[in-house]
Amino acid sequence: MSSYRIQGATGEWEVVIGLEVHAQIVSKAKLFSGASATFGAEPNANVSLIDAAMPGMLPVPNQECIRQAVKTGMALNAEINAWSRFDRKNYFYADLPQGYQISQLYHPLVGEGAITIDPDEKAGIVEAKTIGIERLHVEQDAGKLMHDQHPTSSYVDLNRSGVALMEIVSRPDMRSPAEAGAYLRKLRSILRYVGSCDGNMEEGSMRADVNVSVRKAGDSFGTRTETKNVNSIRFVMATIESEANRQVDVIEGGGRIVQETRLYDPDRNETRSMRSKEDAHDYRYFPDPDLLPLELTEDFLAACKAELPELPDAKCRRYESELGLPVYNAAVITADVETARWFEELVVETGKPVGEVGRTASNWLISDLFGALNRLGKTIDGSPVSPRQGAELLGLIADGTLSGTLAKQVFEIMLETGIDPGKIVEERGLRQTSDTGAIEQVIAEVMAANADKVEEYRGGKDKLFGFFVGQTMKAMAGKANPGVVNDLLKKALS
Amino acid sequence: MAEITDLGIAGIRDGFRAGDFSAREVAEAFNSAVAAGKALNAFIIETPDHAILAAEAADRARAAGELLPLSGVPLGIKDLFCTAGYQTTAASHILGGFTPPYESTVTGKLFAAGAGMLGKLNMDQFAMGSSNETSYFGNVVSPWRRNDGGNAPLAPGGSSGGSSSAIAARLVPAATGTDTGGSIRQPAAFTGIAGIKPTYGRCSRFGIVAFASSLDQAGAMAQDVRDSAILLEAMCGFDPKDSTSLDVAVPKWELGLSSNLKGKRVGIPKEYRVDNMPFEIDALWKQGIEWLRDAGAEIVDVSLPHTRYALPTYYIIAPAEASSNLARYDGVRYGLRHLPDGANLQDMYAATRAAGFGPEVKRRILIGTYVLSAGFYDAYYTKAQKVRALISRDFEDVFKSVDVLLTPTAPSAAFALGEKSADPLEMYLNDVFTVPASLAGVPAMSVPAGLDGQGLPLGLQIIGRPLDEQGVLNAGLAIEERAGFNAKPQNWWSN
Repeated sequence: MSSYRIQGATGEWEVVIGLEVHAQIVSKAKLFSGASATFGAEPNANVSLIDAAMPGMLPVPNQECIRQAVKTGMALNAEINAWSRFDRKNYFYADLPQGYQISQLYHPLVGEGAITIDPDEKAGIVEAKTIGIERLHVEQDAGKLMHDQHPTSSYVDLNRSGVALMEIVSRPDMRSPAEAGAYLRKLRSILRYVGSCDGNMEEGSMRADVNVSVRKAGDSFGTRTETKNVNSIRFVMATIESEANRQVDVIEGGGRIVQETRLYDPDRNETRSMRSKEDAHDYRYFPDPDLLPLELTEDFLAACKAELPELPDAKCRRYESELGLPVYNAAVITADVETARWFEELVVETGKPVGEVGRTASNWLISDLFGALNRLGKTIDGSPVSPRQGAELLGLIADGTLSGTLAKQVFEIMLETGIDPGKIVEERGLRQTSDTGAIEQVIAEVMAANADKVEEYRGGKDKLFGFFVGQTMKAMAGKANPGVVNDLLKKALS
Repeated sequence: MAEITDLGIAGIRDGFRAGDFSAREVAEAFNSAVAAGKALNAFIIETPDHAILAAEAADRARAAGELLPLSGVPLGIKDLFCTAGYQTTAASHILGGFTPPYESTVTGKLFAAGAGMLGKLNMDQFAMGSSNETSYFGNVVSPWRRNDGGNAPLAPGGSSGGSSSAIAARLVPAATGTDTGGSIRQPAAFTGIAGIKPTYGRCSRFGIVAFASSLDQAGAMAQDVRDSAILLEAMCGFDPKDSTSLDVAVPKWELGLSSNLKGKRVGIPKEYRVDNMPFEIDALWKQGIEWLRDAGAEIVDVSLPHTRYALPTYYIIAPAEASSNLARYDGVRYGLRHLPDGANLQDMYAATRAAGFGPEVKRRILIGTYVLSAGFYDAYYTKAQKVRALISRDFEDVFKSVDVLLTPTAPSAAFALGEKSADPLEMYLNDVFTVPASLAGVPAMSVPAGLDGQGLPLGLQIIGRPLDEQGVLNAGLAIEERAGFNAKPQNWWSN
């Protein structure tokens, strides 16, 4: 149970949250036309006669979009409806050329499923929690109006018109902004694993409608509001926070919550009313007579199932058990499909059994590589260091060629130059030395130069040991094998 | 030799192949007839250039020995079919001046088969009407006149009234039509020509301006059954661009024509005997039964118990789909735009649609919007879908024991223009015999079978099993041969 509560004048309020996520399906073409579905083209460059709703044009379902949605449904452990149907949602707007959106109201492609969010003590999620998925259906996106191109008119860009979306509707099972955030992150993770949506909220390929209501613990659900088209996880969490607080203020002020559609204004961090239920559209849904019911064969479903990759939860468990990764490492690495892919390639490239290198490799990836990427403002797919180079670096550490310190130096050079670590070691002479003769000679010099400290150490000031290590390493420009230095120093000082 | 313009498709095709005339002569003869027939108002635009170009190609093909099925045959094209580079309006103001950059699948197939286009035929606006009086471009007039000495202009039927009038007046040898609730069959009956609506899904709907998607079906209109078979064969075929298109082979219907009906069973549905039906139509129906018996068929009395619900069902489903299909005509991207001073988007929609749609189209959009709206959807639309399923099942049941059904095509002969336009319900009643086959998606045709006391043509309708166009055509041929219908309207329209 979430302990998240709004403190009102009349006591504590519980927040009830449901999310409707619109996720753009990854596919070359649109849902019902052959036009390209890529983002970022010149306005109206990717528009077919069908997308522009020219007279006599007819939609033909793109099987790839259906396949993606079915696979997503399977990844959400949801029931797949082998018989589903498209409906028309009728309303007038300049970005909707047909005058209706083709969607699925009565018979969605995917039924009940679930997502498990992981515990996160810091965020107040004390244990894993299952969030119900009510349904997933496929529909067309609308175009876009541009209001800044002309003083008195608006322009219409139909590039998005007809692009395939999945609408994924959760049950009202979340009770805090943190849970909603965790749900969205997990959903995005699954979508990216399946490859059905790139999850890029900045480009609008994932957006959420946020349903919020408040109630006193134990009461039945309060009246909800729906805040439309929130386009980042942070904003979804902020929307919930501000909307829940607004609702508590209204109720405690003697008012009543009206069921309505609202918009979130990130600049003022508040929601405001867009239209109330009284002005709500009557969408006049009815089955699209241009399309036959969508009937999926056993073979098609089996093929979808076979194409499903290992999903984040399963992968995380496997990393813990088979690879012996700490829970934290396993969770961090499996959270994003690209990270997991990078990690697995890294392990393969080491050429060693996973059980042997997994833990070390995961530590290096999480601390060194992530640290560097953060600093450089890059994601893992843009990493300047490849898994092969990472594996080579880990190999140089494992075989004693590089000490930890030297390894960090070499890694920095790799990030800057992209040169392989072995070559860096050769060219710059950064190899660590385990040559006992050379080290013993330096130790003798250090001890001679610091005779007083030697006396103090031998007199019982053990803490000075580190001083001698530092001096020796410094004298050897950091290249001495620290283990060997330790051993020889202990012998020489005793 | 007969006038070229008296010839139908087969006559032109065969005469052209035999070298009796060139395709160019054919095109020129019909172009002249079209130009002289303006009093009928059958065309929205004339396209003599298209007919000539196709004819020249046909003449070259003949010289090269590479004839196509319709080489040398010019056709009229209903203005519901999008034709690349030629204005397509669906007889509406809202699509005024609209010239599609694309070709409908059906016209594309016809042109690929060697046919040329004489012009775009007038029709009821968006195919909504039974008399051609809803066209924005003025009503088509039937070439027929009553023999009572009066000169009351008559309706050519609708919605394919330009097609029926032009064929009957020999302005075109044949034409495309579309049929949503009888729009091929009723005008064919009114003007003494043949017209066939194939099984739903035989002809691609791609590029045909949509009225009611689940009912719209293109078909052939021609002088006789053979021509209907030839034309339909060239129009049909699977099209991946239409999800409701049937992926089945197109039979060689012309080759399969046979009026010998031995071993065939013809059903006579009792529900088609309606009150106040003119006795002449009833008599003709009885005559038709005798003709089919004479052709070797066994006659069986059958029942289609849900027939009386067909009309109300149709007038819920068709407007519901139309209200949504016509939403795209909004003034934003093409066609008419009315933008009053200071208008916002809603104002533009309202002004454009108010000016662009005629009264009958508005009526159906309103009816359709109403039956789909919250609170009424189940009572109207859902119920209508259920009844539609029952009507389809009536046909399935009856086709277990008979091969085709014989009925009158329409409950009356052609009426005078203006006679029914004041009462939409009375107009809708004209579709009472044609609507059931549309709802069931089964093939049906009208063949001319006789004249009434006023000298006006009457048609008989044959309805067949899904995909059994051959059975329909063959029964039609049996009637045609026995009826010997060769009446033609007196030419009053040529100037």
